[in-house]
Amino acid sequence: MEASILSDVVVQEEILTEALTPRQMMWMRFKRHKMAVLGLIVLFLLVLYSFGGAFIYPEAEANFTNTKLRLTSPSEDHPFGTDTVGRDIFKRTIYGGQISLLIGLSAVIVEVVVGVLIGAIAGYYGGWIDGLLMRFTEAMFNVPQLFLLLVMAKFFGGKIPTLHFLGREFSGSVIVIIVIIGITSWMYLARIVRANFMSLKEREFVLAAHTTGTSNASIIFQHILPNSIAPIVVSATLGVANAIISEAYISFLGLGVQPPTATWGNMLEGAYNYVESAPWLWIFPGSLIVLTVLSINFVGDGLRDALDPHAIVEAG
Amino acid sequence: MDPIVALDHLEVKFDTLDGVVNAVNGVSYSVESGRTLGIVGESGCGKSVSVLSIMRLIPNPPGRITGGKILFRGKNLLEYPENKMEQIRGAEIGMIFQDPMTSLNPVLTIGKQISETMVVNNGITKEEADDRTIKLLDMVGIANPEERVKEYPHQFSGGMRQRAMIAMALSCRPDILIADEPTTSLDVTIQAQIVDLVKRLQAEFGMAVIWITHDLGVVAELADRMVVMYAGYVIEEANVYELYGNPSHPYTLALLKSLPRVDASRGGERLTSIPGFPPDGITVSPGCPFAPRCSFTVDRCRHENPQLIDFNSDHKIACWVDVTTGKER
Repeated sequence: MEASILSDVVVQEEILTEALTPRQMMWMRFKRHKMAVLGLIVLFLLVLYSFGGAFIYPEAEANFTNTKLRLTSPSEDHPFGTDTVGRDIFKRTIYGGQISLLIGLSAVIVEVVVGVLIGAIAGYYGGWIDGLLMRFTEAMFNVPQLFLLLVMAKFFGGKIPTLHFLGREFSGSVIVIIVIIGITSWMYLARIVRANFMSLKEREFVLAAHTTGTSNASIIFQHILPNSIAPIVVSATLGVANAIISEAYISFLGLGVQPPTATWGNMLEGAYNYVESAPWLWIFPGSLIVLTVLSINFVGDGLRDALDPHAIVEAG
Repeated sequence: MDPIVALDHLEVKFDTLDGVVNAVNGVSYSVESGRTLGIVGESGCGKSVSVLSIMRLIPNPPGRITGGKILFRGKNLLEYPENKMEQIRGAEIGMIFQDPMTSLNPVLTIGKQISETMVVNNGITKEEADDRTIKLLDMVGIANPEERVKEYPHQFSGGMRQRAMIAMALSCRPDILIADEPTTSLDVTIQAQIVDLVKRLQAEFGMAVIWITHDLGVVAELADRMVVMYAGYVIEEANVYELYGNPSHPYTLALLKSLPRVDASRGGERLTSIPGFPPDGITVSPGCPFAPRCSFTVDRCRHENPQLIDFNSDHKIACWVDVTTGKER
């Protein structure tokens, strides 16, 4: 009797140690978060919508103006209706989605690069380097982000030439928006990374890495950075949502991406004049923004739990 | 034979909020190629600080090396620039630590951690390094190394992690291995295995070993020479037979008396402990730092700190008292 229980335990243990690589453990914890899984599915569908849709409708159709069809309500030909100059809103949400999602992702890449670099160097070296970088970070915090965004958008707008990428044209304003969202949002991340590095650099494995002749750069990027990947991923995920909102905000004010290039944000521009008379102008791009941002936030929450090394996977 | 590493009156201080801690006060010791030096002493006596100084890895601030020399093959390491030190660490001096649980990076595979050292120091390709990693793991007695290299530290047991650490430290064939209490956190059977492993590898590679411990039993099996440290001073130094057979400093004597022995007569003799605590290193008294806890203290001990002097040709002590008579020498 006792022996069989014991062997059961052993077998179970073997199964557990066999089955759970760190990645599998992460996925198990992520799966428990139902909303996060839903968010992931919705995000996947949104990406499919805006990047897959582009194969069906050429961009020219999305930017095609037909003044005879101004502000027509949703119909068979134009499922989401048309806007103030007669462009098809359905097709514009497809192309606008591409831009909005790309801006979200690229701005976060800028944010992560700047934030991780500054946070890592400040946290690892400490002393006056830390002091200098953190005072700079605080100075950036003190400038209201929106103010900075608007001033920079106004200042740099129209100065960057049009770019060709992924087989389509991007007006220079897209690049401007990506960069300014990136460089106005890295501060939180820098603080998180710095705090992480400060605690991790005291760990014995860092000392052990030093004793094998590892250089500082390699300790920062190969030894410590992989250990602080969890908060960076979570913060970056939520950063994508913020970047999409920021883009929508600036574009809504007419300072962001310039038409005819569509984004979900600049499609809302001018829609406030027709809140009641032509609600399809704002309902579709607006809901897409809300859907995207919500999904990303849910996924971010799920990742936070999934990447937390202290969370335990429940059996079953 | 010329020593491979020699400390010459090394002084290390730490700046703390409570004042300056004198962690290492003019410590000298040396080890020759192929030999083993054992360093014993209580926690906080400067053992680890002195060996970390050899690696030039004292965190600064708060620590600073304020005096003395560290000679590696006759050259003073304290004068080396940092990038030259990086070449020496790992390649010429290897080190293993007390807690194998925390000294491996939890997010990198064992194989990557070991092979990376070789890529950095030996300039070999990744594939060669991977091959050698498997051989090294095999050499330190890890079964099934081809599979094990892909695993993470949490999949290794404590003893296996220490073996992996040893493999990492020895990957570049250093001339000297510094072992900072490598068996303290392991259970006794694993301790014995690790000791045997290091002995075997030392014979194979002909490297010098500095073995730090507060376990006099473990070090007796390994060391050729012994250094006993107290409060940042070397208070006794001798070859291992002389030290165990003829301990001549009251502190060494007290340490040996506090050690349980298998061969002791079963007369119901109790183990003795040393009363009191070691000094904090901040308050400097003119006398011998061990005087307040010493059972042989004479008047001179409280006013004058004894220097390390030759007791006989192969035995140095720092004490005013002859422990056989209890009188001042």
